Amino acid sequence: MLADDLRGMGYIALKDLRAYYFKPPNISWGILFPFAFVLAFAIRNPGELRELVPGLLALTLLFGTSSMEAIVIVFEQRIGAMERLMLAPIRLPALLAGKLLGGMAFGLAVTLVVLVISLLVFGTIPANWPLLILALLLSAAAFSALGAFVSVAVREVFEAQTLANFIRFPMMFLGGVFVPLASMPGWLQVVARLLPLTYSVEALQAAFAGRSWSTAGLDLGALAAFAAVLFGLAVRTLARRA
Amino acid sequence: MTEAIHVTGLTKIYPAAKGRPPVRAVDGIDFTVREGEVFGFLGPNGAGKTTTIRMLTGLTRPTAGHARVLGFDLATEVTRIKKHIGVVPETSNLYDELSAFDNLVFSMQLYGVPRAERKPRAEELLARFGLSEKRDVPFAQLSRGMKRALTIAAALAHRPSLLFLDEPTTGLDVMSARHLRGMIADLRREGVTVFLTTHYLEEAGRLCDRIAIIVRGHIVALDTVDGLKAQASGRPTVEITVAGEEGRTETLRLEGDDVEATLRKALAQAGGRRVLAVNTLRPTLEDVFVRLTGLSAEVMLMEKGRGGSDARG
Repeated sequence: MLADDLRGMGYIALKDLRAYYFKPPNISWGILFPFAFVLAFAIRNPGELRELVPGLLALTLLFGTSSMEAIVIVFEQRIGAMERLMLAPIRLPALLAGKLLGGMAFGLAVTLVVLVISLLVFGTIPANWPLLILALLLSAAAFSALGAFVSVAVREVFEAQTLANFIRFPMMFLGGVFVPLASMPGWLQVVARLLPLTYSVEALQAAFAGRSWSTAGLDLGALAAFAAVLFGLAVRTLARRA
Repeated sequence: MTEAIHVTGLTKIYPAAKGRPPVRAVDGIDFTVREGEVFGFLGPNGAGKTTTIRMLTGLTRPTAGHARVLGFDLATEVTRIKKHIGVVPETSNLYDELSAFDNLVFSMQLYGVPRAERKPRAEELLARFGLSEKRDVPFAQLSRGMKRALTIAAALAHRPSLLFLDEPTTGLDVMSARHLRGMIADLRREGVTVFLTTHYLEEAGRLCDRIAIIVRGHIVALDTVDGLKAQASGRPTVEITVAGEEGRTETLRLEGDDVEATLRKALAQAGGRRVLAVNTLRPTLEDVFVRLTGLSAEVMLMEKGRGGSDARG
């Protein structure tokens, strides 16, 4: 049964990447959108652009993984294709994990492009590569799970887009991408601590700055917890509809 | 004969929502489907047909009751059941972006068909359903009939031993519908058990070995087509058409237990007029349906047109 689940997961992810993700508008939007925001911020606040690179990567991952993920499931539910997957001999968590995997793979691919551009343009080389890779993987899992949860929580595609933006845009400004957490009022810092982007930015900053693993431990743990809880909630919500 | 499906007391109650009371969509039904037969499940819109299919295929959890599908317990072995069944929903639901060939391959990937078998099986199914020329055409660009055929092909790709067909010919043109009926008859010959819901009584009469009629969540009749007809009227009807005045014709109908005696009585009533035709009438499946549901076939089809997408149907 586990072999069936793993096989199903892989094929669902591959099918999603082929059918939905790797389309020119998605790729260009996934790359351009975070750059546009960072550049807009940099023009307004000229300074050390290199410091923005971890935030840029986190933003790219957030939008790359969750944008399509948040609508794929609800879209497939509308056209009946989700039912087709639910009829297959695969358990529900594996089915949803396949969806997550597709979102993660696309988000990581787009982020890799942005990382290479950042390396070439800004010359910023991460000091701790293993930490960077782990931080990117856990961030992708957390953001993809967020997208999946949004997608199963609603019944219409436009509702999914609205809810995803309602969550992501405040997160973008509170997650420490543009403004360091320390310079925020205390209550805003508390709110920021409830957002997965905050931990993603911090973990990536630690990887670029070459800080120790123990410094980033809390961030990595928080990202893993976000991924697990949001994934669990998504599975539960989908199962309840049966 | 082995049972493909055995259902006892199967019930589905949808909870109250948005001010509406709970809906008892399926209410304690019992039936069996024999291995290798085409089993028809008929009923008006909202009778519980689709809900029953959804429960038997693991898409909806029953509120009460038990079911065994292909020998597996629905409550505890649903994943094993899924491995051996194929489902064709009322609306074709393959992936618009994938080609006909890729849709079939993806179906096989999900069901664990070995890699070496996928390509030849996909080609075989495309040929069988007359879609070889559309092999690389995206699903979105196929005609309605072709989409339906490909959806059935995808459901058969992993060689299921039980196939659920929910309104397979709804919305198809005459030729496509006829072609699909031929395919269903072929499946029966191959030993595949078919669970068929349809609004077309003639289609059910022609294809099904046995038929269950469900009304408001209850099965009100279950028998062979002939058995159902016999239930509708135990007495044959003799109809004679005689020449009337001024070139008109007149039809006389008489019911009786003995056909010969009834015919003699009818001829006597004709009073020596010239007999143009003599027929023995047997009840049609529509007569049975009307008697059991209180709905005419036309009303059922009209209802279908209005609420065909009702998932609780």
